[in-house]
Amino acid sequence: MESIKLHYDVSGNDFTCAGEASGKIKRELKGLGFPNEIVRNVAIAVYEGEINMVIHAGGGVIDVEITPECIALDLIDEGPGIPDVSLAMKEGFSTAPENVRQLGFGAGMGLPNIKKYTDEMVIDTKVGVGTTIHLKVFVK
Amino acid sequence: MNKYFHSVRLDKDKCKGCTNCIKRCPTQAIRVRAGKAHIINERCIDCGECVRVCPHHAKYISRDSLSQIVDYKYRIALPAPALYAQFNNLENATPILRALPLMGFDAVFEVAAAAELVSEATRFLMKENKLKLPVISSACPAVVRLIRVRFPDLLENLLPINSPVELAARLAREKAVKETGLKPQEIGVFFISPCPAKITSFKNPLGVEKSNVDGAVGINDIYPVLVKIMEKGDRYDIPDAEQNSGIIGMSWASSGGETSGILNDNTLHADGIENCMKILEEVETGTLDSIDFIELNACQGGCVGGCLTSENPYIAKTRLRKLRKYAPVSCNTLQSEEIPDYFFIDGELEPCDDVMKLADNVAEAMMRMKRMNELLEVFPGLDCGTCGTPGCRCLAEDIVRGFAKEDDCVFRMKQNLAQMQNCETFESLIPAPFRETNDDNDNNDNN
Repeated sequence: MESIKLHYDVSGNDFTCAGEASGKIKRELKGLGFPNEIVRNVAIAVYEGEINMVIHAGGGVIDVEITPECIALDLIDEGPGIPDVSLAMKEGFSTAPENVRQLGFGAGMGLPNIKKYTDEMVIDTKVGVGTTIHLKVFVK
Repeated sequence: MNKYFHSVRLDKDKCKGCTNCIKRCPTQAIRVRAGKAHIINERCIDCGECVRVCPHHAKYISRDSLSQIVDYKYRIALPAPALYAQFNNLENATPILRALPLMGFDAVFEVAAAAELVSEATRFLMKENKLKLPVISSACPAVVRLIRVRFPDLLENLLPINSPVELAARLAREKAVKETGLKPQEIGVFFISPCPAKITSFKNPLGVEKSNVDGAVGINDIYPVLVKIMEKGDRYDIPDAEQNSGIIGMSWASSGGETSGILNDNTLHADGIENCMKILEEVETGTLDSIDFIELNACQGGCVGGCLTSENPYIAKTRLRKLRKYAPVSCNTLQSEEIPDYFFIDGELEPCDDVMKLADNVAEAMMRMKRMNELLEVFPGLDCGTCGTPGCRCLAEDIVRGFAKEDDCVFRMKQNLAQMQNCETFESLIPAPFRETNDDNDNNDNN
């Protein structure tokens, strides 16, 4: 069966828009009848990704490919890139600026949470070029 | 399957088939067919938004009539705290409680009194740390139904305690049985309601087998009569008709009142059905896990904003503040920290059939979604409502479910017609929003 492909733009530097893509993806997955736990996991991971794009990368795009067995996501940005991925994956490690932290974001849980709520996570990043995170959530 | 009772109804004669209500409905439960609105039973949550917005007053709320109280030997009125906020220049609610018996009631039991018990029971439960956080209030029946229809995952966050009115009805009946020696069924318990959702909830009760409330009338049904009785200032001696509720109980009438009774700062309250949905989305995503308690009211301003009230909700709120000013904090307390069993909602709260799901299995749903996306490509995206649905997306959804057809979109139909006839006046047949224009005299960038 052919998959369903969805595409979303995440605009940068605008916290009020973060959550828009994850909300839309959630609605689509619910409509398709995926189990609630799967929908929730995808929504949480995408929301974290959106916030990261807004804080660090000035926005980006999200591509979703849905099959009955798997939801695959690519979170793509052209931001500064991540110099040390293993450090960035540590809970509590954050490079978010002070003004962002004052808003309650940037606690250093973004990437660890994305990993926690997905089954596969591959980070493709190059300093000065950008970051792409490939995610998969399998429907058991 | 039993048909779910709804108190929100349509008066077909008054309905003009306009699109006001279909656009306002938070669960997209209304379609216009054959010039009349149709409310989809499984989707409606009885929030009353369509009642508010209908310019022709074609939406109405089915409720009981006050004359029905004569069916019972002993009649009890349960005034909602929102009733108190309808009156001007009152220092406390006692004059209202004394006027109600002159309308035919033998006794009055304040819902605000039961609300204080619910507040206390909630505090005990929160202290025990056994509830799933954030706890979501179960007092607004429109919100509870919204959660059952659209957020079934959050059912386990609902406060497992019966609503104040349900509790008040039980306590009032027990008291009356004890005092009069009558059988429980000889006693009629009537709620004076600010909203349709409450009325619906008595006919489809949660947890309890049968609601303890025998009937419900709207605040605006009795308000004119009540005002007249109170203006006359008749002397009436009902021995126990003294207000028996304090700040906490009365505060339940407006948004934020229930949370203030939790005595915990780490709470959130939202009102208005759209705002409630936004908060529920956040809870679902897990962004509000650090909040202890969430109060949601479907009506703007809380119960004072219910569509069966008489007074503007903002004015009502001010009056409520005045009534509360010198009142004691709370007048009702549980006997011990042990919460009686009948306080708890009996059994599991079941999710409703998932009406938003496109099909029963994912593969079929995916086919339908693809078709929907194709349709959305060719639909104008105006959300004009002329097809009788709230917008293009909803029409596409109805089409793939088999409830509508592509030509229901007037723009598509005109285009199809023009192409079929291969006529030269094609351009003129295209609806105005899509016609080419040579008019450069506008503010647009013409590049």
